[in-house]
Amino acid sequence: MKEGISRLNRTYSWVGGIVAILLTGVLFVVPFVFIFLTASKTGQEASLLEFTWPTEWVIWDNVVEVIQSRDYILVTAFINSTILTVASVTVMVIVSALVGYVLQRRKSRWNGFISFMVLAGLIVPPAVVPTIWVMQGLGIYKTLHGLVLIEVAFGMAFCILMFRAFVATIPRELDEAAVMDGAGPIRLFFRVIFPLLKSVIVTVIVVQSVFVFNDFQNPLYFLPGDQGATVQLTLYNFQGQFSTSWNLLFMDIVLITLPMLIMYIFFNRQIVAGLTSGAVKG
Amino acid sequence: MTQQTLQQPPPEAPQAPRGREARGARKPRTRSPYPMWFYLPAAIIYGVLFVAPTFASFYFSLTRWTIFDSEFIGLENFVTFFSEPYLFDSLVNTLMFAVITSGLKVVLGLLFAVFLTSQIKARGYLRSVVFFPVLVSTVGVGVTFSVLMDPFDGLINKVLAVVGVDEIGWLTDPNLALFSVAFVDVWRGLGLATLIYIAGVVAIPQEYFEAAKVDGANAFKQFWHVTLPLMRPATTTVIILSLIGGLRSFDLIWTMTKGGPGFSSDVLASVVYKQYQAGFYGLSTAGNVVLFLVVAAIIIPLFWLLNRKEVDR
Repeated sequence: MKEGISRLNRTYSWVGGIVAILLTGVLFVVPFVFIFLTASKTGQEASLLEFTWPTEWVIWDNVVEVIQSRDYILVTAFINSTILTVASVTVMVIVSALVGYVLQRRKSRWNGFISFMVLAGLIVPPAVVPTIWVMQGLGIYKTLHGLVLIEVAFGMAFCILMFRAFVATIPRELDEAAVMDGAGPIRLFFRVIFPLLKSVIVTVIVVQSVFVFNDFQNPLYFLPGDQGATVQLTLYNFQGQFSTSWNLLFMDIVLITLPMLIMYIFFNRQIVAGLTSGAVKG
Repeated sequence: MTQQTLQQPPPEAPQAPRGREARGARKPRTRSPYPMWFYLPAAIIYGVLFVAPTFASFYFSLTRWTIFDSEFIGLENFVTFFSEPYLFDSLVNTLMFAVITSGLKVVLGLLFAVFLTSQIKARGYLRSVVFFPVLVSTVGVGVTFSVLMDPFDGLINKVLAVVGVDEIGWLTDPNLALFSVAFVDVWRGLGLATLIYIAGVVAIPQEYFEAAKVDGANAFKQFWHVTLPLMRPATTTVIILSLIGGLRSFDLIWTMTKGGPGFSSDVLASVVYKQYQAGFYGLSTAGNVVLFLVVAAIIIPLFWLLNRKEVDR
């Protein structure tokens, strides 16, 4: 590939890089800079919606004001979103690891059916009102744990596919050895297999956290009301309320984007690996 | 569909394949170390909250429904759906939105990926920048772009005004609103498509390019005859993922236009929500069933077609 970096190649590498930086700068960086700048302005200046340097930086004031607005709803929302994300991703990981594992290891006549259901879970759009009807029947409509179960049900299919693909790379001899040593199914799974799934578990956790944390549609349908507001809904609520104070609206965007930004910085590689794994081989 | 099951590794040494029948024999080895009840927790959650509502939706779409009681009215909801232009148009809009967004994601994603895997400076930075919107909340993106696309104060029109372009009502022009939202959806989802393609490009053995070079292929020919054909699996993934996402798309449309102006950018998912809000649960569910049928009618044949060709190769 590299038979001595020729002059032409070097020119290309620099020119290409600079052109790309400028292009992505306009297309991708400007919107984020705009968000940040508007979030740092005073209400009056922000209402002009101009792409300018703030004459007065009031970042901290805006942060405080957003948090305090409407009786600290943002704090409630962050607590709700955190519980929702942690709980649903935890449940999702455990139940789908169990399925992915047995599905890969055990050949039974159910395999075809189960694989079909998993694919259906990826493709079929959830039926909204009937789901609410079922949840009402169970008494879990408008509850946080109900929403947790919803996220688990809707996110499971993706996780199962990931786990099944990964379990296939773990040699069966390991299972056999553990069984020889007298390990029962539960111990075999939790002591031998589960620890080996670590890398894929991290991936699943990161990817699903992003999905659940950023989810707007499911909380909107299944957990309406201020009590159970998630961070995405605060934005939606603020949109009407803050129609004149854009600085607060954008500060809210900044605040609810931060957790995912931090996550991205730490788990960049896992996110990339997770989202692309299986994508190439099909 | 069945393709997926075929991809599983071939059955290996039959160890305790018939756990249930052999249980009476009381031999410890014959009990499978992979018990069926491991499926149970997932099956319960999935069955109750996903499968049951899906089947219930077929019945409730045929009723006039107020959650408390439902009255069977046959296909009336569907008749309403297909005869009212504002409902039917949402079906057309859904299809347009899905096709536009996934088409653009395929083309641009592939171009970006090829560009970002070539020998240019700052590749790592560029990849992060392109990918980052994937992580930002859709609502946040929607709010930001509805501000940027504002016909009077919006940054986009202000920049265009410098070049001498008149005010464009990105989100206020009924003929344009859906396309503007589609553009934002591409902006947001392009990173994922690019990433999938990058993984595909990186997986191509370098020998292929070397062989092509020896045969005198220039950069374009290398792309056309080596990269492109080998990108088929990645393309399949991008098309299917973005079509599924595009057909079900709700968040962005709802935050940017709420289906407006008028009903010009309504899609099936936003109609489902509007009818739900208005209390027409039967009609809302009928919309859901239509969405289900559309997704199934498009994705299943596509899945079958794309996967089959892959096997043929």
